Amino acid sequence: MRQMIQFRSKRAKAARPERRDPAPSRLSYKLNRMMLRPWVRRFLRHGLPVLIVVSGVVFWASDQGRRDDAMDRLAEVRRQIEERPEFMVRLMSVEDATPSVASDIREVLSIDFPVSSFDLDLSGLQEAVETLDAVAEASVRIRSGGVLEIEVEERVPSVIWRDEDALVLLDMTGHPVATLEARTTRSDLPLIAGVGADIAVAEALELFEAAEPIRDRLRGFLRVSERRWDVVLDRDQRIMLPEGAAITALEKVMALDRAQNLLERDLSVVDFRNPGRPVLRLGQGAVDLLFDTGFQSE
Amino acid sequence: MRMLNDLYQSQRSMRAMRQAAIQRGVVAILDVGTSKIACLILKFDGRERVTSGEGIGAMAGQTKFRVIGAATTRSRGIELGETCAVQETERAIRTAVQAAQKMANCRVDHVIACLSGGQPRSYGLAGQVNIAGDVVTETDIAHALAACDVPDYGADREILHAQPVNFALDHRSGLIDPRDQIGQRLACDLHMLTVDTPVIENLIYCLRRCDLELAGLALSSYVSGIAALVEDEQELGAACVDMGGGTAGLSIFMKRHMIYADTVRLGGVHVTQDISKGLQIGVAAAERLKTFHGGVVATGMDDREMIEIGGETGDWEHDRRTVSRAELIGIMRPRVEEILEEVRERLDAAGFEHLPSQQIVLTGGASQIPGLDTLAPKILGQQVRIGRPLRVHGLPQAATGTSFASAVGLSLFAAHPQDEFWDFEMPADLGAPRSLRRAMKWFKSNW
Repeated sequence: MRQMIQFRSKRAKAARPERRDPAPSRLSYKLNRMMLRPWVRRFLRHGLPVLIVVSGVVFWASDQGRRDDAMDRLAEVRRQIEERPEFMVRLMSVEDATPSVASDIREVLSIDFPVSSFDLDLSGLQEAVETLDAVAEASVRIRSGGVLEIEVEERVPSVIWRDEDALVLLDMTGHPVATLEARTTRSDLPLIAGVGADIAVAEALELFEAAEPIRDRLRGFLRVSERRWDVVLDRDQRIMLPEGAAITALEKVMALDRAQNLLERDLSVVDFRNPGRPVLRLGQGAVDLLFDTGFQSE
Repeated sequence: MRMLNDLYQSQRSMRAMRQAAIQRGVVAILDVGTSKIACLILKFDGRERVTSGEGIGAMAGQTKFRVIGAATTRSRGIELGETCAVQETERAIRTAVQAAQKMANCRVDHVIACLSGGQPRSYGLAGQVNIAGDVVTETDIAHALAACDVPDYGADREILHAQPVNFALDHRSGLIDPRDQIGQRLACDLHMLTVDTPVIENLIYCLRRCDLELAGLALSSYVSGIAALVEDEQELGAACVDMGGGTAGLSIFMKRHMIYADTVRLGGVHVTQDISKGLQIGVAAAERLKTFHGGVVATGMDDREMIEIGGETGDWEHDRRTVSRAELIGIMRPRVEEILEEVRERLDAAGFEHLPSQQIVLTGGASQIPGLDTLAPKILGQQVRIGRPLRVHGLPQAATGTSFASAVGLSLFAAHPQDEFWDFEMPADLGAPRSLRRAMKWFKSNW
């Protein structure tokens, strides 16, 4: 009987296991309420992952060796990518430049090919090319096929400036283009001289235009006191032009020359510095002749 | 004067806490009953959901909130509406609150609770003063309320409600709001309700163990009345009988004020116990029989309807017994009759027959017994109906039955509480001696 009872109670226990208390424990209740706080949920959603990642990174980076190692590896990967054949530049082509300018450019840039296109500072190259006197404007780009292409617009020399010790070619703006060995190599260009002549190149060119009728007698233009021009002709003749309206004055002289062959005569200076009162200075021969022909008798 | 000293501050702080909770927008409603604990979570978002229009009268605050969480759990450690095992009660409250929080997906810190036990006792107080100026001010009302002489209600009793129910100015009585009216002599009637202090203290202790702040406390039969009585009944006079698990609370309303409340310490649990004893089965099985097959009016059909009692004792013969439904009704009916007769006695004692309207509304879980609507008129009189609580926004369908009358009423109470004694500023001349005494005490203790 006792066995029976034991058996039955055991079976009853097995059939109906101990019911769990449905009530939450004090701790779980408090945790649950804490989780319902808005800031706690925000923190768990965003703050905690960020904190974990950041702290992990900070812990990892706190060791100098690991940091250097990573930097080295990074640099290595970077170098490998840069040195891929797709990014290598092997040639340089200089376009629209005379051979001497082209060789100058190659000398200035002095790049050892092949080089990675990542290592080329194109704007720096452009500036370097533009420092050359002969180059007005340059555009530098890397063409497909690993070619560094430099397009150059050269300065056009328009006058020759006789400086104290050298002959310099200037362009229209007065910028030096190149030095010149001898005047005769560029006899088509006008010659200017004097301090500050390079600043007034434009005016000199206009004067050169206006002096068309006497082109064969023209020796050059002399800048005087950095303010006005003298036109120097052969036979030591000289036309002194005013500071302002020099072109008009020169045209007047040309007109006089056309009408009365002014410059054919034995004059040393046509002084037009004051356009209202031009002055002629006679040459030595003319003066002697004047004395001989009885200038005194009048 | 004791009432002024102790209760005033605690009730006022509770009222302030209720205001703060509503300001924050979320407050929990906790109906701690004998058979179940219901927790509702209300969200006050300051939005009136019902626009005023034709046919829509003033709303008593029930449109301001929305129920966002509701949970019920079997209550533990509570007998006759009073906590008898604090830790068990605390666990049950935790279960209900956690489930409701889970549904609402938000945390609640403030709770408004109601209690059904504690042997509530009603007192009608009267006081009158000569008013100071020409018109009645709030200070005058406070003076009149303070002039009510409080009876000696016992050492371990606490005032739960103290509501001014009627004002009389000179010869005019029945004023709802005497403020700014011209007169000389202001009289007031105060309805005071006391309950046992240990009951409240136990409840507060349980709530504090659950990290909840008590933001209001009400008697369950009072709040059931708010929920189950319609406006006319509250106005003309009616009694609400909240037939709960451990107690049947009754409250009498007149002119929208509760004027009397009492409890009968009998309820559905006693019916279950009777079935358990009569049929020799466990309480759970008896509860199941009661809810599925119970009734109070037997017909010829019930003699033939045999019910399997069931059981898990392991004794085959014992577990296979059947009982006719008539027998079950025979067990239940005397107990239900006893409850109703007891209620009748209390109503008679309160002088309910003198009220202009004799409407009685039955609500609470035990009012769901089939046949109660034929049995109750035989004992309580002809004007009896079963009252379901008012519908509020967001309440789940499962919580709209009569057993949730006090929970719903409590949410109405939270949204729109009645003026109580402590809502008026305490007259300065009455408060003075206490502060003087406190100053003296401080002086003595510091010098």
